[in-house]
Amino acid sequence: MTRSSGVFEEWQGCSLEDILGICRDTVEEGDYSAVQRWREGGGRVVGHFQVYFPSELVHAAGMLPVKVCGAPVETRHADSRFGSYLCSILGTSLELALNGTLELDMFVSHPICDAARNLAAIWSRNFDYPCQILYLPQNANSKGSADYLRGEYARLLAELEEIAGRRVETADLARSIDLFNESRALVRRIYEVRRETPWKINAEDSYSLVAIGGFLPVEEHLDLLRTVVPMIEQNERKPEDRIRVVFEGAFCEQPPLDLIRMLGRTCYVVDDDFLIGLRWITEDVETEGDALGNLARAYLEQSSYSPVQHDNRKPKEKMLLDRVRRSKADAVILTAAKMCEPGLEEQVAYVSALDDEMIPYFISEFEQNMSSFGGLELQLETFSENLLFD
Amino acid sequence: MEEQETIVGRGSRDGAALFRQWFESLDEAARRDERAAYVFVMGSMNEILKAFDMHITLPEINSLQLAVRHVAHEYLQEAEDYGYSPDICGYVKADVAVQLRGGVHPMGQIPKPCLAVYTNACNTYIKWAEIWERIHHIPIFTLDVPGHRQLGVHTVPGDQSFEADRAYVEVQIRELISVCEEITGRAFDIDRLRETMHYANQMSASWARLLELNRSTPSVFNALTDGTVYLGVANGFRGTAEGAKYFQDLVEEMEYKVANGIGTITNEQHRLAFVGVPCYPIFRRFNELFAEWGGTFVSSTYLWFASGGTQKGYQYDLTDPIQSLSEGVLLNVRDAMNSMFDQTTVIEGFINEFGLDGVIYHPIKSCRTVSTGLADSRRQLMENTGISSLFIESDMMDRRVVSEAQLKNRIDAFFEGLISRKQQLTATGGT
Repeated sequence: MTRSSGVFEEWQGCSLEDILGICRDTVEEGDYSAVQRWREGGGRVVGHFQVYFPSELVHAAGMLPVKVCGAPVETRHADSRFGSYLCSILGTSLELALNGTLELDMFVSHPICDAARNLAAIWSRNFDYPCQILYLPQNANSKGSADYLRGEYARLLAELEEIAGRRVETADLARSIDLFNESRALVRRIYEVRRETPWKINAEDSYSLVAIGGFLPVEEHLDLLRTVVPMIEQNERKPEDRIRVVFEGAFCEQPPLDLIRMLGRTCYVVDDDFLIGLRWITEDVETEGDALGNLARAYLEQSSYSPVQHDNRKPKEKMLLDRVRRSKADAVILTAAKMCEPGLEEQVAYVSALDDEMIPYFISEFEQNMSSFGGLELQLETFSENLLFD
Repeated sequence: MEEQETIVGRGSRDGAALFRQWFESLDEAARRDERAAYVFVMGSMNEILKAFDMHITLPEINSLQLAVRHVAHEYLQEAEDYGYSPDICGYVKADVAVQLRGGVHPMGQIPKPCLAVYTNACNTYIKWAEIWERIHHIPIFTLDVPGHRQLGVHTVPGDQSFEADRAYVEVQIRELISVCEEITGRAFDIDRLRETMHYANQMSASWARLLELNRSTPSVFNALTDGTVYLGVANGFRGTAEGAKYFQDLVEEMEYKVANGIGTITNEQHRLAFVGVPCYPIFRRFNELFAEWGGTFVSSTYLWFASGGTQKGYQYDLTDPIQSLSEGVLLNVRDAMNSMFDQTTVIEGFINEFGLDGVIYHPIKSCRTVSTGLADSRRQLMENTGISSLFIESDMMDRRVVSEAQLKNRIDAFFEGLISRKQQLTATGGT
């Protein structure tokens, strides 16, 4: 069931600054009011946990895909469901569902890490709606991976059809792929602008524009991006004397917007891995022919990287160095979410590669729930000044 | 009497001897500059690797040995000094230090790797292998085994979905064989594979029987302490004649003990199930904290997942080895994963089958795979059954997060409650 009217229209007719402000507020509030409006219109909602998810499948079935990636909330209900020694995103994601902020008709998670692979079972024990695991291939280099993934998408699509109460036709999938292709292309354009002229849009606004796509109908996200991207391109802000940095380590748990804002006060964040799952596919997915096969091939062959996917063709440290070079960054902010094992493990390899290339880096950890950044800002300013006046 | 002296205790003696023999052979191989395949307990693929006569080492076992021998902290510190966070898996860090020391280990020299083979049963396996890839520049092979997609919904051979997953596993097994041919310079011999699978079959059947025998009262082995010794042999010697023989003898021993009413050394008063990974830094003491109250571990989820999910005794069909291996690997690894994420249903059944008085949940800092969902699983088990349970957190490697005093307080309180509950039930005529 789809809605005819919009769920996020307050930005229309506004200036660039006002639009960006509305997007920031919407992301920061984290109350999923747009999702609620979608539900009030009779729409169904499928939540999917980090990192990558083929949103096209949910959209083609007429439902709203919503990225579940936690929020800076107290985990009053979720705490009793988990042990200690855990990253924040699992608890805050479950909290959003337990406290009623996020009402879903289905939840899909992926075994991205040792902690997250427990989510489907925990979610199943706590909610009556279907909770599924989408097994994206962990062996990206087998001859069987693409066929396997195509079959996995077909299996998931059948489950989605059941919930949507309708059959998904080939044309539905092609249309969805087309819409998401355009949305991803516009997001890529924002990143190009940041790499080329980072003073035109700062990291927190870029982040908000991407993040909001995690819970808006793609048609509305596209309207927003089609309007705002040309405005950003024409933005006449003047460049300032700041270092250019890549932010690495936010492939799953996201830093609070205040932290990204703080970074933007000190440096130009010219590239990052914020919400990399929404940007996982790096080129347009083929729209002709077998849609599920095309999506599967795109996941494996036209995609980015993260610490939770091993691919012999994509050593992570090489990918990071490529990102640094492509964005002409002076330095790297190398972070990991607290207690995030894949992120923390990858830091060691990143450090080694950056040392070899003599690229300066600033190491830190963050937490979705952190609220004090004074010490971090001071350290970062010192790091930045050292580079500026070196 | 003479018969009893020969049989009882044989499993522990022979197990320890085999274990030493395994590490001695690795030490000799390392000194000859021969390399080993690095593999893991959940989906070791010993059947294939032994068919190529490759040396096998299991870094999880190497690491836990460091904790049992009370030297893990030295290795953990070395890895942390190198850059690894205190908040990642202790097994990984201890092994990193072993690698940095050139394979030096208290049980002997560990050979350098020629190949790493791992499944996705634990995501840290993948990150761990990437470390070896960087240190040793070796090929690493992910055997991707898709797990169950939904709590309580298990596809079986013949289902379309199961067969699609099996086909994916089979393609990868054939690719692994090619990698092994390349590394060893030897052609694959399917009859040699049949032989290793035949021994694996014998071991799996014995393993299933062994676990089943502990239903008897008194229990015939301690699932936490004795069970860990048996696991070492099960992993190191899977697919070998020695391994198969060891478990046949062990089953004979336990059947003898059942027939003659011989239990463990604990004066068994409370029969417990253990959920999680043992506390290796105080391995013996941890068990004593329970044994002092007459508590004995009759079952343990560790014996399910750390045996690679072989507890159901799956038997390979040797007439079609690769097809059957792919089916067996899929079923076994899934069972291993299920033992970590959804053990509640099985434990509910065990309450009667094993006469359980309580369930001990032991999540650990080092292992999120096993630990993340245990609080919620326990909540469900308590709701469904009302059985007494205890939730204690520590670690399998890092003594900095193991507080014996705190553990003892919690364990003592658990037994006081359990005894009081039993007394109330007796007084009211309940069972």
